[in-house]
Amino acid sequence: MKTDDLINLLGTNIEPVKGGQLRNTLLAALAVGAAGALCLLLLIFGAPGEAIGREYLGLKVLGLAFTLGLVATGASYLLRAARPGEPGRRPLIVIGLLFFALLSASVITLVLSHPAAWGGMIFGPQWAACLICIPLFSIVPFASLVWALRKEAPTNPVWTGAVAGLVAGALGAAAFTLHHSAGSIPFIVLWYGGPIVVCTVVGAILGPRLLRW
Amino acid sequence: MTISSDEPELRALMLAGLDGDEASHKSLLTKLSAYLRAYFKGQLARIGRGPSDAEDLVQETLIALHTRRHTYDRSQLLTPWVYAIARYRLVDYLRRTKSANMDVPVEAAEGVFANDDVSIVDSGLDLTKLLAQLTPKMRQAIQFVKLDGMSVSEAAVRAGMSQSAIKVSVHRGLRALSLLVRERSPS
Repeated sequence: MKTDDLINLLGTNIEPVKGGQLRNTLLAALAVGAAGALCLLLLIFGAPGEAIGREYLGLKVLGLAFTLGLVATGASYLLRAARPGEPGRRPLIVIGLLFFALLSASVITLVLSHPAAWGGMIFGPQWAACLICIPLFSIVPFASLVWALRKEAPTNPVWTGAVAGLVAGALGAAAFTLHHSAGSIPFIVLWYGGPIVVCTVVGAILGPRLLRW
Repeated sequence: MTISSDEPELRALMLAGLDGDEASHKSLLTKLSAYLRAYFKGQLARIGRGPSDAEDLVQETLIALHTRRHTYDRSQLLTPWVYAIARYRLVDYLRRTKSANMDVPVEAAEGVFANDDVSIVDSGLDLTKLLAQLTPKMRQAIQFVKLDGMSVSEAAVRAGMSQSAIKVSVHRGLRALSLLVRERSPS
């Protein structure tokens, strides 16, 4: 085939491109993913209303702030990584800082409390449920993010996949937080942060396979 | 030619093309193809591949530039975007053809725009064969709108489809085409 023929084919009767297309696709995928995670939560555990006890309200808010903070920062990275070129590292640094801040806070909490209480703080109720449910809840968000990113042109599939996994995991964790409050900060780091990290690693592994274009 | 002298012109053509101006879009693709040809020839020469392989890559990249043009951020420079796509296509090509020498040095975006080359060779791609692999709907839509140059409304009447169905078929057809080009067996 002659390149001029191809250029003619590509350039004939082109459609105008709207500016916000990429952004809208990704935000829609995020919304679909969040809705999917919430539906699964309702299906398995029912309405979260009763679970909101006053005792753990602070920790619930902290858990939500942490997970939704990860979602927002990760999404801002994906908006750039979906375009060809260098996405910049600032969002990745913010993500690292969020984890570091929570990790420091949990170390401080442990130091301030009696060692006899550590076991109860770390293995709070339902730690195993976190381990299973957060990755489970993240499947729909991950699938919808990958669907959206495949329409775009990410040139760094490992990092893009990793952050898509992180955002999906954090959405799953945010949904789970609605149902079940952590009993302590170390619990949040371990049983919410841990599964999110697992989702991130899985995303990094799947990225090169799923995001090729 | 360097980025600084060419960027404004290329970017203006890109922006006009995004707004639907056919002539600007064709002119952009023609200008870019000359830079891409020189870039890919140089890169492939290092691993002992000839101009026809380079032309494959030029065409593959042009299809990618066209079908992914909505990923260009209008507020940014154009040349780094083009370079990122060209480099991605090159790395993907080397991986696909399992070349021994796989590292592509990261250069500044100027790497792509260092030289231009208009000596045309045919690529190893056969458009007729590629089109034959599309679904009948996509093939017909591309034939009418892209090859015969019918307007979308004319094509819709001829094909007995709605205008939006024609647009969707063309869009999906080009996407499918880029996939076929990417997954063809190495020549």
